[in-house]
Amino acid sequence: MGTLLRLIAMRLGLGLITLLIVSILIFFAVELLPGDLAEAVLGQGATDETVAAMREQLGLDRPAPIRYFEWLGGAVTGDFGQSLVTGERVSSAISQRFANTLFLASYAAIIAVPLAIVLGVIVALLRNTVFDRVANVLTLTSISSPEFFLGYILILFLSVRWQVFPSNASLSGGMNLDDLLYRTFLPALTLVLVVTAHMMRMTRAAIINLLASPYIEMARLKGVPPWKRIVHHALPNAWAPIINVVALNLAYLVTGVVLVEVVFVYPGIGQLLVDAVAKRDFPIVQACCLIFAATFILLNLAADVGSILTNPRLRHPK
Amino acid sequence: MSYFVIGYFALLIGGACVAAYYKQQSALIVLFALTLVSFLLGIIGGAVVLWGIAVAAGALAFCAMTAYSFREFLILLLPKRLAKQVATAPLTASFGMFVILIYMIAGIFAPWIAPFGEAEVVGSAFAPPDDTLLLGGDQLGRDMFSRLIFGARNTVGLALLATTLAFIAGAATGLLAATKGGIFDQLMGRFADIIMSIPALIFALLILSIFGTNLTVIVIVVAVIYSPRVFRLTRAVAGNVVVMDYIEAAKLRGEGDWYLIRREILPNSTAPLVAEFGLEFCFVFLLIAGLSFLGLGIQPPTADWGSMVRENATLISFGVITPLIPAAAIALLTVAVNFVVDWMLFRSSGLKEKL
Repeated sequence: MGTLLRLIAMRLGLGLITLLIVSILIFFAVELLPGDLAEAVLGQGATDETVAAMREQLGLDRPAPIRYFEWLGGAVTGDFGQSLVTGERVSSAISQRFANTLFLASYAAIIAVPLAIVLGVIVALLRNTVFDRVANVLTLTSISSPEFFLGYILILFLSVRWQVFPSNASLSGGMNLDDLLYRTFLPALTLVLVVTAHMMRMTRAAIINLLASPYIEMARLKGVPPWKRIVHHALPNAWAPIINVVALNLAYLVTGVVLVEVVFVYPGIGQLLVDAVAKRDFPIVQACCLIFAATFILLNLAADVGSILTNPRLRHPK
Repeated sequence: MSYFVIGYFALLIGGACVAAYYKQQSALIVLFALTLVSFLLGIIGGAVVLWGIAVAAGALAFCAMTAYSFREFLILLLPKRLAKQVATAPLTASFGMFVILIYMIAGIFAPWIAPFGEAEVVGSAFAPPDDTLLLGGDQLGRDMFSRLIFGARNTVGLALLATTLAFIAGAATGLLAATKGGIFDQLMGRFADIIMSIPALIFALLILSIFGTNLTVIVIVVAVIYSPRVFRLTRAVAGNVVVMDYIEAAKLRGEGDWYLIRREILPNSTAPLVAEFGLEFCFVFLLIAGLSFLGLGIQPPTADWGSMVRENATLISFGVITPLIPAAAIALLTVAVNFVVDWMLFRSSGLKEKL
């Protein structure tokens, strides 16, 4: 058990260091601005006095490393400073939207994960049949389509032509869960289509890899029935790759959500980020990037820890 | 029951019987499964759904026939050694090659194919399709069809440039890391880890917000984001080659690093690298299309598929499919490249899966 804990602790530590370096990258990327932040915000026509005043207001007269630690300290406690455009607190602009994004992503994940794993295992069992070929073509097509293509197709058919679901996923306060699920169905479905395809392919590959190993062949030769081969022999070893697949695809959801939110005008953090990039509102850009990157790193970390935990060879060391 | 519905099921069941008689198991399964599914869907959605299935099946058959004749055409045309390889390609792969060829022709000869210039206003805004404007007009009254053709040049060209840059940078550092090893290897590995721990789109948005959206920045950013992937793969592939005896022999002969990379390692790792180039292209292409869709990619009036979708998106709410056409163009090319890559990966991974 000792080695297992040490492995996990090491992986967690590594994740923390990565997160720290990424935060340094995000902070100092803004320092690369031609000129500096104050000049970029005020534009070409600003006089020297206004630039100087702005610098003082933003605290740019102090050295960058000190400002970095202040920013990081604020970020850890949920304070990301003020928006440059509206003057609003960044944290208050983000918090509700972040909850919305999490809601959309988990909505998609709850549908996609069981669906993808079941379909992936079925396709792996039926490999090299017609179904496998058809599934291969369909999943490849789904992966290759940009999210906005799938999104607009769904809008065109399900909301404009047949009017089953609303295309505009705007939310208002006081909606109950049913209403919420109904209104956000199309964006969630778009994400499900992309992520399920990815996950199915990866699950299929993982299972097929496993079924090719000698001990499964042995089980087959000694006459173990197919379902027992899968449940007793293959599955205990398949958990690690499957958990890995799930976590990696949830991390993929993090990026997919940005485009989908823009297509469906969903009030989430991705849309906020895109708007902030267009307006060059750096505190918001930094905050959103840090949140996205942290989620991404966390999920990758979960994938690693999950596969360590479920690896029978590590759980029962010789 | 209209004649269409009766004919539809008669055709399917008849086809299934013929397949069963000639012992074509897979065809039988497909046809009969399709019969059952369309029976269910027909009850729920009516004849419209059956029309949809019929049209889709027709389109699929058309694609398959195109792919088949293109493959036979290539086999006749190419020299013997290449023809032998092409003959093993599945229909999906030859369809992919066909589509890539069409896009190449459209991109290279864009000014001659397109009836109008890419920024030329020739009709009214959102004009419906007619004989001169094949796909109608866009939000400013420019010809959609011409812009689509020019988009093949701009969007695909930019993606190709960025991919090539990412690939050269990634492959060069990967090969060097594998041959040199030591500190350089470690440093590059950690650097790649960090770049890869930030989601691509987020990283691109961060950098574009700082440097603004111009083409040079986009190409460089995309190259930086995607080169670590190439680096990792190259390093892994080359790492397996480096330990071979013939490399040892070459080293003992006193050959330099450059010779080793060029004459010994590269020829033995081309297959996975070529497949990786295709995959990489898909990622880059989708990222650039996504950025353009968000209004942060290629700037107007240059024709570009991502921004064309965005500019015409309002038409969707009137049930018009025009904005979907450039999006479909993006999807079709990515699918095509993926089909070809799939085949190449299968070839290079050996026939392990065939068991």
